[in-house]
Amino acid sequence: MILRPHLEDIKNIGYYLGKVIIGLSLAMFLPVILGLALKEKGPSLDFLISLQISVIFGLLLTKLCFTEKDLNWMQGMIVVSLAWLAAMFLGAIPLYLSGHWKSYLDACFDAMSGFSTTGLVLAQDLDHLSFAHNFWRHLIMFMGGQGIVIIALSFFVKGFSGAFTMYVGEARDEKIMPNVISTARFIWLVSIVYLILGTLALGAVGILNGMRPLNAFFHGICVFMAAFDTGGFTPQSQNILYYHSLAYEAVTAVIMILGAINFKLHYHIWMGNRREIIRNIETAALFITIMITFFITAVGLQQLGIYPGAMLLFRKGFYQLISGHTGTGYQTLYPAQFVTDWGNLPMVGVILAMALGGAVCSTTGAIKMLRVGIIFKALIQDIKRIILPERAMVVQKFHHIKTLFLEDKVARSALLITLAYLVLYGLGAIVGMLFGNSFLYSLFESTSAAANVGLSCGITNAAMPAALKVTYIIQMWAGRLEFMSVFTLLGFLVAAIKGK
Amino acid sequence: MRYKSQVTSHKSQVQFKSKKLKIFCFYIVLFTFAFLLLPYFCYAQTISSSELINNTRQYDGKIVVYEGEVIGDVMARGRQAWLNVHDGNNAIGIWIDKDLTADILYTGSYKSRGDWVEISGIFQRACAQHGGDLDIHAQTIRKISPGRIVQEKLNPGKLRLALILLGILCLILILTLLRRK
Repeated sequence: MILRPHLEDIKNIGYYLGKVIIGLSLAMFLPVILGLALKEKGPSLDFLISLQISVIFGLLLTKLCFTEKDLNWMQGMIVVSLAWLAAMFLGAIPLYLSGHWKSYLDACFDAMSGFSTTGLVLAQDLDHLSFAHNFWRHLIMFMGGQGIVIIALSFFVKGFSGAFTMYVGEARDEKIMPNVISTARFIWLVSIVYLILGTLALGAVGILNGMRPLNAFFHGICVFMAAFDTGGFTPQSQNILYYHSLAYEAVTAVIMILGAINFKLHYHIWMGNRREIIRNIETAALFITIMITFFITAVGLQQLGIYPGAMLLFRKGFYQLISGHTGTGYQTLYPAQFVTDWGNLPMVGVILAMALGGAVCSTTGAIKMLRVGIIFKALIQDIKRIILPERAMVVQKFHHIKTLFLEDKVARSALLITLAYLVLYGLGAIVGMLFGNSFLYSLFESTSAAANVGLSCGITNAAMPAALKVTYIIQMWAGRLEFMSVFTLLGFLVAAIKGK
Repeated sequence: MRYKSQVTSHKSQVQFKSKKLKIFCFYIVLFTFAFLLLPYFCYAQTISSSELINNTRQYDGKIVVYEGEVIGDVMARGRQAWLNVHDGNNAIGIWIDKDLTADILYTGSYKSRGDWVEISGIFQRACAQHGGDLDIHAQTIRKISPGRIVQEKLNPGKLRLALILLGILCLILILTLLRRK
């Protein structure tokens, strides 16, 4: 029997959702300040309006649903899934007010693309967008990469036991520190340290490349936020092609890889445990899958002979591949070139890379390396069970920070999430095909959206049907949250309708 | 003697005529070749970025004419420079002699509209010199129309909305304070 949710459940959800929204809206102060500092009055006003709407909405929720009760597991999950939708609707307001998005749906698409660190873009005339709006586009990627709720946890909430639920709901199931709040703060510490170093590096490269200092450092901070959080937005419409620079590509590639590594691994490296890089199942899986997918891509490009020389093939092929594998979506190609120049086999290589993703507890999306490693180990275990005598005890171990025994429930969980991702990629591809796109291109775009990558072969544009935009928004949302909180929300809605 | 001179004059006339005919034939052949082959090497009409990006193989290595707004930074690299020129659909990188960029005064950004320029140069599908990038190596550049500073105006409707929202926000805060008391 399904039980209908109580008013108390709704009040609890509303109260904590309101808190998260207030936390999120305060982030809008940053573009307001930047806009005023750079004498961009119009954009500052856009953010002021959005800030006020968000604060009013958040305050009303906290006042109307005031409660002193803690969140239970289900409520925490629902708060997370709703918080991401609220973030999309509220974060899209300043974008829409700028006039650079054709409709509010387009602005919502880009806001979800930003928060989920995807990087697909529907903005118009991006090259004339204000500093304030551009900063906001990249800031939402930075916040989304760390986790919107984690921001609220680490800065605006003093601490409550339901925190872990919300932490898990945002697709983070590993605690680095003894409690979730300290873990969230550590994630912020890592990100801020890299932010400073990355911005300085990119700013310096920008100046050496001939950019004006203000632009060089502005691009530096924006590109860092999008690269480290494996997002993929850039301040200019040409993406990384704008910079025409090998150094810029090299620095962004390093940042993308850093973003794709587990924060727990960052912690151990910072603590001096460098051997963990080699021993960890995730880094091993990441290295092997990069090699395999790059081999497929490189063979495809070699067959087509589109690049005169191995170095050019490596530079173009490896950059798009690593960008896809880490879930960033930075491109040094025009989207149409995937279709006109790259052809089928290289695209298959990139699709595989996008579908696999980076490490768990990182800012990437997709299936993720820990699950890939576990599934591989489970496969080895099953083969051993078949080969070895029936009475033999088959024990499989894997190393992830510490050496662990592979249990059936761990393998089952990894397989279930992998299956859910494969279904999501497939469903998006079917919807793409319903609108007249070919299978491969639809699968490319669908995988890019669901795995929160952002590479595009040209299907994503402002003229695409609204239903396809909504499909990709759902894919980005579900893919970023790794299904659990989305399924809980759906279950809650079913219970609200059918429950007794 | 007279006969000899007449023969010589006739001979020179024939030679002159045959030379003229040869020149004429040369020009005919030249024009025929030019007419047939030039379209394979250069395109005199302005070509859009979409046309170039969607047909990279067709235009690869050929002289194209491309026009658009200069956006972002003019990035000097030694004696050369990179421009990014946006034609309304896409921006394409232009590799150009730095001296030729001296006339560019405005580049497109939030606060300005960039100079609108016409570029003639060699289109590269995967430029060997620049890491396989799609670009144009400019030979000439011509400013078609100058850019300008964009005057920012505050939207009165947005201003009113901001004030109304501020009022609502204050009301909520006052009510909250009163309720607490």
